[in-house]
Amino acid sequence: MPQNKTYPQFGLDTFGDVPKDESGTLVSHAEAIRTVIDEAVLADTLGIDSIGVGEHHREDYAISSPETVLAGIATKTNQITLASAVTVLSSDDPVRVYERFATLDALSNGRAQVILGRGSFTESFPLFGYDLKDYETLFEEKVALFSELVKEKPITWQGDKTQSLDGADVYPKTESGSLDVAIGVGGSPESVIRTAKYGFKLVLAIIGGAPARFAPYVDLYKQAVKELGTTEYPVGMHSPGLIADSDEEAIKLAWPAFKKMWDRVGRTRGWPPYTREQFDYEVAHGSLYVGSAETVAKKIAAAMKAVGAERFDMVYGGGEVSIAARRKTIELYGSKVIPMVKELLKSNET
Amino acid sequence: MKPKLGILGAGKLGIVLAQRAVAAGYPVTIASSKPAQSIKLTVSVLAPGATAADSGDVIQQSDVIILALPLSKFRNLDPSLFKNKLVIDAMNYWWEVDGPRDTLIPAHMSSSEAVQAYFKKARVVKALSHMGYHELHDMARPFLKTDRKAIAIAGDNQHNTSEVATIVDDFGFDPLFIGKLAQGKVLEPGQPGFGTALSKNALQHRLENKTQS
Ligand SMILES: NC(=O)c1ccc[n+]([C@@H]2O[C@H](COP(=O)([O-])OP(=O)(O)OC[C@H]3O[C@@H](n4cnc5c(N)ncnc54)[C@H](OP(=O)(O)O)[C@@H]3O)[C@@H](O)[C@H]2O)c1
Repeated sequence: MPQNKTYPQFGLDTFGDVPKDESGTLVSHAEAIRTVIDEAVLADTLGIDSIGVGEHHREDYAISSPETVLAGIATKTNQITLASAVTVLSSDDPVRVYERFATLDALSNGRAQVILGRGSFTESFPLFGYDLKDYETLFEEKVALFSELVKEKPITWQGDKTQSLDGADVYPKTESGSLDVAIGVGGSPESVIRTAKYGFKLVLAIIGGAPARFAPYVDLYKQAVKELGTTEYPVGMHSPGLIADSDEEAIKLAWPAFKKMWDRVGRTRGWPPYTREQFDYEVAHGSLYVGSAETVAKKIAAAMKAVGAERFDMVYGGGEVSIAARRKTIELYGSKVIPMVKELLKSNET
Repeated sequence: MKPKLGILGAGKLGIVLAQRAVAAGYPVTIASSKPAQSIKLTVSVLAPGATAADSGDVIQQSDVIILALPLSKFRNLDPSLFKNKLVIDAMNYWWEVDGPRDTLIPAHMSSSEAVQAYFKKARVVKALSHMGYHELHDMARPFLKTDRKAIAIAGDNQHNTSEVATIVDDFGFDPLFIGKLAQGKVLEPGQPGFGTALSKNALQHRLENKTQS
């Protein structure tokens, strides 16, 4: 795999949430996409390791076509890794996913990373003509096909839910000979083992609860890699956050945004309204990295140690946060938080 | 002696419940629909102390069976194996996973009533369904009786519900009886009890006021 960056690594993720402008009005989807490009350029300047953009098909998120956005970022940046977070493989065509990311890899001189996942929403299924009943089997089969495609050799494939191929070759080939591939996993142990089986990198999506709960998943990944004889890679984690000049300021900005976002999701899932108590618990003990640079750095370092993660991706700008607050988060993350976390991880004082 | 616990479903919920059960000193076996081998590693790493088994063996060997599989899958289980077993129904109807509700559960029934109707000879109690799996992990207070969260229990027979209450207590939560299986409806997604991790008083209050907020 390319990308010989050293660990620990620190990235940013966004789903392309529609932000607010200075007057407090939500910007257009088009403007939201351009905002992400500007933010990625800023992240690149700050030396942040990666930018991951999600794929959603909902009004509140502007990005449905991550590679296109990443291609835009590619031509304006120099070092930053360009990742999807995640590519909903179940409702995509593995051949096209390969082709698009290999193209992105070419545009960016080898900086593309595909993070495959099942996604936390399912609206892509009806949209692309897939049946939700096949949720499990689609992913399983498409990951298997994708793992063959990334070998970049002619492929013969007997498809059930996918196409059958007879010695087909796919292009463009990458310069390094292989795309950088990871799987984003929520809480499903089966997905951890699947990741090990295909020899892909593991990124844990930890969006609620105490991060230490995921430490056994890292053990599971390592043991599975050993049993299956595949390659072990450093494990990443991905969690939401917001950084401001003070803890109070960060909480003031984050609470209404998260409340609104969770309530919107909750309505479709039958959850009760998100409470301040839940939010406070997540900020204090759980998986919301909200606060001043120092608070957030300590929390990230502690979480990475507890989980055994060597890559941390912060999902920034979740919900209706202002463009200014998002840029502030990125600036503080790149200039203060990351150096502090690196120090904390080196020492043992977390 | 603790009763033998069997868990059907080795996903997010099943694994956390296996952890709770082992911590509370129960003998635990756990199964998915696949042969034991396929979840052996997962169980040994994530819930050490629990034993991966085939589902038929789990059902046969256990006194208490927790259903932690997708609701749309329970009819794949053979009801004749469940005779006299105490069954804890922890399943929820989830549209993304299970498809339209009326294809699974008659409109006038709570999902647990439909489960009882299917496992005719079993003693079905609804519990451990309304709290998210990470809260079941983070918020359990097995050795403390303070600062606890409540787990609601619904069942038609008091003997059965009190057996389940002991298990809930051992897992580290305060049991709260809310009535018969029909009343279990208030714990279903979209209903006031769903997605709650509240103290016993707060949960009781929520259910009495029958509002979601
Ligand atoms: N996640 C939560 O926070 C939560 C909380 C409370 C209640 N629940 C409820 O608990 C149930 C499971 O949810 P989950 O989130 O744990 O889902 P999950 O992670 O998808 O796990 C489902 C498990 O059930 C197994 N399974 C499927 N068919 C089976 C069968 N016929 N016999 C035995 N095992 C079978 C699956 O394995 P195979 O497919 O390999 O057989 C898998 O191990 C659902 O009804 C859900 O509503 C979930």
